[in-house]
Amino acid sequence: MKTSFRLATAVCATALVITACGEAPEESDEAADGGGDFLGCMVSDAGGIDDKSFNETSYNGLVAAEESGVVSDIKFAESQSDADYTPNVNAMVADDCGIIVTVGFLLADATEEAANANPDEQFAIVDFQYKDENGEVYEIDNVKPLVFNTHEAAFLAGYAAASYTKSGKVGTWGGAKIPTVTIFMDGFYDGVMYHNEQKGTNVEVLGWNKESQQGQFVGDFDNDGLAKQISDNLISQGADVLHPVAGPLAASAGTAAQEAGDVAVIWADSDGFESAPEFSDVILTSVMKGMDVAVETAVGEAADGSFTNEPYIGTLENEGVSLAPFHDFDDQISQETKDELDEIREQIISGDLVVESPAAF
Amino acid sequence: MSESRQAPVSAEAPGEPPPAESWSQRFIRELTTGSAMVTFLAVVLALAIGAVLIAVSDPEVQERAGYFFSRPSDTLSAAWESVSDAYAALFTGSIIDFGEYTIGRALRPFAETLTNAAPLIAAGLGFGLAFRAGLFNIGGEGQIIVGAIFAGYVGFGMDLPIGIHLVLGVLAGLVGGALWGGIVGVLKARTGAHEVIVTIMLNYVARFLIAFLLTTSVFQRAGASNPVSPVVQDSGRLPVLFDSTRLHLGFIIVLLAAAFVWWLLSRSTIGFELRAVGANPHAARTAGMSVSRAYILVMLIAGSLSGLAGVMQVLGTERYLTTGISAGLGFDAITVALLGRTNPWGTVAAGLLFGALRAGGVTMQAGTGTPIDIILVIQSLIVLFIAAPPLVRAVFRVKVRDMGPALETSKGWGA
Repeated sequence: MKTSFRLATAVCATALVITACGEAPEESDEAADGGGDFLGCMVSDAGGIDDKSFNETSYNGLVAAEESGVVSDIKFAESQSDADYTPNVNAMVADDCGIIVTVGFLLADATEEAANANPDEQFAIVDFQYKDENGEVYEIDNVKPLVFNTHEAAFLAGYAAASYTKSGKVGTWGGAKIPTVTIFMDGFYDGVMYHNEQKGTNVEVLGWNKESQQGQFVGDFDNDGLAKQISDNLISQGADVLHPVAGPLAASAGTAAQEAGDVAVIWADSDGFESAPEFSDVILTSVMKGMDVAVETAVGEAADGSFTNEPYIGTLENEGVSLAPFHDFDDQISQETKDELDEIREQIISGDLVVESPAAF
Repeated sequence: MSESRQAPVSAEAPGEPPPAESWSQRFIRELTTGSAMVTFLAVVLALAIGAVLIAVSDPEVQERAGYFFSRPSDTLSAAWESVSDAYAALFTGSIIDFGEYTIGRALRPFAETLTNAAPLIAAGLGFGLAFRAGLFNIGGEGQIIVGAIFAGYVGFGMDLPIGIHLVLGVLAGLVGGALWGGIVGVLKARTGAHEVIVTIMLNYVARFLIAFLLTTSVFQRAGASNPVSPVVQDSGRLPVLFDSTRLHLGFIIVLLAAAFVWWLLSRSTIGFELRAVGANPHAARTAGMSVSRAYILVMLIAGSLSGLAGVMQVLGTERYLTTGISAGLGFDAITVALLGRTNPWGTVAAGLLFGALRAGGVTMQAGTGTPIDIILVIQSLIVLFIAAPPLVRAVFRVKVRDMGPALETSKGWGA
């Protein structure tokens, strides 16, 4: 007992010495910050910036703006619950932020209220566009909506999944049933159907039906257990490609796929091969939503005085949404399929192929 | 069942040792008789450990610790700076902001603390009251949600005159919560179903109920495609007490509710019965009390108290329904009630502490970049230390004698 304690102490001391014996840097004047003193701020919903998905991608845009010197400093607040949105946004207003980026539709009302109360403050909101009672879009003078027609990229993913599947079944499921989630599933569904139509295949989509707008949902973005269960269920029903659209919960699908062995996952929001390297061996591709680019652009415009409230709509054309590379699966996707994907992409951009979703912007 | 259980209790010969108390009875007794000193020290200890975590998680401190041995002062000053900044922000965000010029604005953080505390106290009272009757009501989340649904519907769906609208909205919320709690009471009393299982399941039912309702035309905001309800009309809102704060009438209602619970528990016959049932249901039954009636009654009242928390969310601070309207309050309320020793005024005090941590946490995160999770860690540590009084006594070398007479009897009633 005593020996083991001494041993542990010795190990700890060694570790401490190794890590703590670096050279002290020269005393220097405060490093000059680029970009004057423009503060870029962000308030997230309950996911947190380490969700390897939605919030993290948006936050990366803010970090990129700081690294390129567009803003001198950044501030970030994570909301732990719905009750935190208004206080967090107000705290940012009080901290003299140059621009406040709010992430997610849940912050829409808090943002609108703060924007109206502080007309000189600049806001951008990710994934939301204000609509009135009749469903007509309206604008707020100092809020820039950053939205994405994700179904265009998800269409490509669905097509790729349909060509990859060996079982003839692919599955998708969502976190909560909200438009920014179902838009992925709509595009994915249509992409599979398009493949069936073009290639005469009969690939089935489990977990979502675009016509009835019904499918598999966890109900929130935190229930890992249920997410794993849904993934396992879809796999046991024969799906060998899963497309989870659930921010941090996508990891559950990654785990389920790794356990099953021959199941591939199509990540959402960011390139999962890079953002979630622990699942790189099962990630076929990713539907990327360029929230980082959109946030960086909006922050940059606010910093150099060219801020407008005109919405940013990410599409395949402006590369606001895109399909990630196949990485490790590259040799399992035929050149023919890749050429077809390029062609479909061109057709969507030119408008020859119209991809629709009730959730589109 | 009741008949057979009565026999051994009443037949017990005087002088024989009484039956050993169950773990839950003992837990209730130890919890309700602990001293305020332990609570205070637990908070101090939790803040101290929180300080260490803040320092360790600060990237600047980590960087300077890399050359700790060549210039230790760098690391220490960075650590001191990060901890003092964070706790200063916690203070200015929850109590008073000296940077403001007018007393009204300076006290705005305190108003924010009270705003945050109000629903925590209400749901905490709901948990504490049921706890006194021996029921572990972890259905606060569900009761808050259903209360909020009822109150919210009256708030945005009905056109009523000023005054009546608000009163009806609050009452609807109480009824909604009572309904959700009452189901538990009835199931427990009639079928013996364990309240923990039932409340957990009803939490899920409530969550999916609100998710479903927010997709229907009655509850979903016109023109919106996201699951949010219309905004509560002005006449249905809990009026704000002071300008430029979010503090609303709900806080006053909560204090009245605490007074009511105190009166109920310590001054009324019903309260006596509830406590008797909580202390020993078999003995209470023998004494002629109706245990079933007590279970149903206490869950109705506890549910309506949690429903009141839902009212404050939807008619007070948030003003519209979302799937996250309960904001985890139902679970935090358990902590608040246990911290307050399930005593109504203790719950008020604990609710204020947690309200301050919630309010200050926002300023701390926004102002200093300290992760908000630290607040959760501090809250959890407080509860951990309170649940383990011997540990706290050992750390501060407090003698058992100083803790008041209560702990002397902790060997059990028979000792």
